[in-house]
Amino acid sequence: MRVADLRARLERLGSGVSSHVWRLGFASRFLGYLVLHSGTALRRFRLTVAEIYFAGVLSLIIILVSGLFVGMVLALQGYETLQRFGASESLGVLVALSLVRELGPVVAGLLFASRAGSAITAEIGLMKATEQLSAMEMMAVDPIARVVAPRFWGGVLSMPLLAALFSAMGIFGGYIVGVQLIGVDPGAFWSQMQAAVDLRNDILNGVIKSVVFGIAVTWIAVFEGYDAPPTAEGVSRATTRTVVTSSLAILALDFVLTALMFTGGNHQ
Amino acid sequence: MQPIVEIRKLAFAYDPARPVLRDIDLSIERGSVVGIMGQSGCGKTTLLRVIMGALRPTAGEARVLGHNTRKLDTAGLYAMRRKMGMLFQFGALFTDMSVYENVAFPLREHANLPDDLLNDLVMMKLQAVGLRGAAHLAPTELSGGMARRVALARSIALDPSLILYDEPFTGLDPISFGVIVRLIRNLNDSLGATSVIVTHDVQEALGVVDYVYFMAAGRIIAQGTPAEIRASGEPFVRQFVNGSSEGPVPFHYPAPGYDADLELAAH
Repeated sequence: MRVADLRARLERLGSGVSSHVWRLGFASRFLGYLVLHSGTALRRFRLTVAEIYFAGVLSLIIILVSGLFVGMVLALQGYETLQRFGASESLGVLVALSLVRELGPVVAGLLFASRAGSAITAEIGLMKATEQLSAMEMMAVDPIARVVAPRFWGGVLSMPLLAALFSAMGIFGGYIVGVQLIGVDPGAFWSQMQAAVDLRNDILNGVIKSVVFGIAVTWIAVFEGYDAPPTAEGVSRATTRTVVTSSLAILALDFVLTALMFTGGNHQ
Repeated sequence: MQPIVEIRKLAFAYDPARPVLRDIDLSIERGSVVGIMGQSGCGKTTLLRVIMGALRPTAGEARVLGHNTRKLDTAGLYAMRRKMGMLFQFGALFTDMSVYENVAFPLREHANLPDDLLNDLVMMKLQAVGLRGAAHLAPTELSGGMARRVALARSIALDPSLILYDEPFTGLDPISFGVIVRLIRNLNDSLGATSVIVTHDVQEALGVVDYVYFMAAGRIIAQGTPAEIRASGEPFVRQFVNGSSEGPVPFHYPAPGYDADLELAAH
């Protein structure tokens, strides 16, 4: 009896693992097909611009407000620690490096997944459930080229811009709290930041992170929407999966990218 | 003249153990309006999806507009579909576009027309379904019948040779119903097209079609003109046409013995 029980559990485990591997393979093929059929999205760029508006411009409020508050909190917490070591003049450096290297891409990515990723999944899933994608196929129009690709590229192009705006707003928030409220010297705040933040090692690496997160989040969002069962429950589950999977993917990718970019003694 | 749709010994199954379509033989002449009827779940929508090339037969052959759908690649399938129009059960209008943009969609995708000409064509299609005045509305502002008419205008935008209707009468009020029935016939005749209507609204559909195929359990069990169908002695057809609860179609879904479910054996 115990052997049979163990065998059943192993079978369930094996089946679960193989179905996840199969799904990952399917998602990879989907991404390959999507990239190969991106001609329409790039040729008729206004389709992609419309999606940049929906994914990017409409996410601006949440990104800017969050960036401002994150920067303000960083300044408060940073000042508290730095002043113990008599290094409160380095507040600008702490705020800028934290945002540009880590918090900008990561928090903007998480917010982007919640705001735009979930919307993309729900929209594509509902289009599928209401037969709009089938109708498109019947009109000899490839829905991946016409609907999915513009949303994918719209998201991929929006994400680095949103992360940059998040970081800029965060630095502004840090300035307001650190300089205007606490009284850190503005000259030291800006000059130390200018001296310590490196274009290639800090800003470019942050941009690379945000591009990678943008690709991951938008890929997950469009795939989950396209693969959603065409029912209310199916779309709801797909939307939830987009947010959960994207968030985990961002955090895992961040660890890998940080390990590659900022370790190994090649950075001052 | 070669039929526009010709199906021979066709079978289809998602799961080999449970075939959905079996031994289908069917021929649709150019210019006709043909009904495919049967109760829900009998396989008629699956047959429509085979005709449109969305599903490939597991056996047999489906020739549509001269093409064997089994042998077509994606490009060939899309080329064939440019000559087809499809009306979905609930219209399947693009909810992020206005009525005008919905009808313009296939023209924008497939024909590089100047704006003036495109506008004229869209207005002509909307005029044909009586909704030129609704061009600026959003799909969410339309009634079910109006949405179906807009979808019909969109499906004829490219002047198709073959128009497929999937349950076009479902959920319509009597007036909208009559309008759709009249439009199907008029558009078919004025465009010189061929129409295939999949429906279970028998009485109303018999008034508009030229020929009928009756399906049950994945097979064609009867066929003929509306007059022949009305006079048919086939028990299933009689039950279906008369909408009777008594007949070969059982009221109960197959189940194990009632005694077992009520646990009477234990007593």
